Amino acid sequence: MAESRPAPATNRGFGRVLVAVYLLFAVAASARAGVQIATRFDEAPLAYALSALAACVYIVATVGLARGTAFGRRLAVACCTFEFLGVVVIGAASVLYPEAFPDETVWSAFGQGYGYVPLVLPVLGLYWLWRGARDAST
Amino acid sequence: MHGPLATLTTITSLLVAGWALIGAVRNRPPDRVQFIGLGVLGLVIVALTVMAVIAMASGERPASMATFIGYLITMICLPPLGAVLARLEPTRWGSVIVTVVCLVVPVLVLRLHQTWAEVSVG
Repeated sequence: MAESRPAPATNRGFGRVLVAVYLLFAVAASARAGVQIATRFDEAPLAYALSALAACVYIVATVGLARGTAFGRRLAVACCTFEFLGVVVIGAASVLYPEAFPDETVWSAFGQGYGYVPLVLPVLGLYWLWRGARDAST
Repeated sequence: MHGPLATLTTITSLLVAGWALIGAVRNRPPDRVQFIGLGVLGLVIVALTVMAVIAMASGERPASMATFIGYLITMICLPPLGAVLARLEPTRWGSVIVTVVCLVVPVLVLRLHQTWAEVSVG
């Protein structure tokens, strides 16, 4: 069955749930960043630029997970790692230096505004990718 | 955003989410009820959108038009997205997808309400 496949698909089963949630976050983050940058970029350039960056990373992660090729998986690992670091670093910075973040980003306060899903999502993604890689090597 | 249609949207999405969650827990792929539920939810959301557009056409405006429209468009896309992904995934994870998608809808209704509290729909 899977003889031509180097690793189990990342885009089946639970992976498809991840793709769905990543897709929602890609849409939510892009729409939010788009509105913020189009209407009031001058108010909080750092926060809005970060929103846009987060949106791009969610889009790339969605594509990487959905494609499920070797390159897609590497892309998704890089994005999930970046997201996890982003939500931890920006989350901590937004709590310690609230004056630098006058408006919310997806990652503010560790993703509190989004039910902490931005914090959980990259961990789930990395676990799923790691499990796929482990199953492939055995 | 408040009124009977907003309430109906929340109740419908929670009912479908609950049914899909039961399916996921029982290790069942998305069944006919889930797809019909997504269809009904989609129709209720379209009705909600039409009422909101009528309210806007009568001259009233939400505080942030772009944000409001963004949430509305996202909400319209959710039931079809859930149905397509659930069709692609005929396992318990398809039911999980329907659950997740339906749980996002009440959040969006809440955000729509926060963006434009005055408007009544339905």
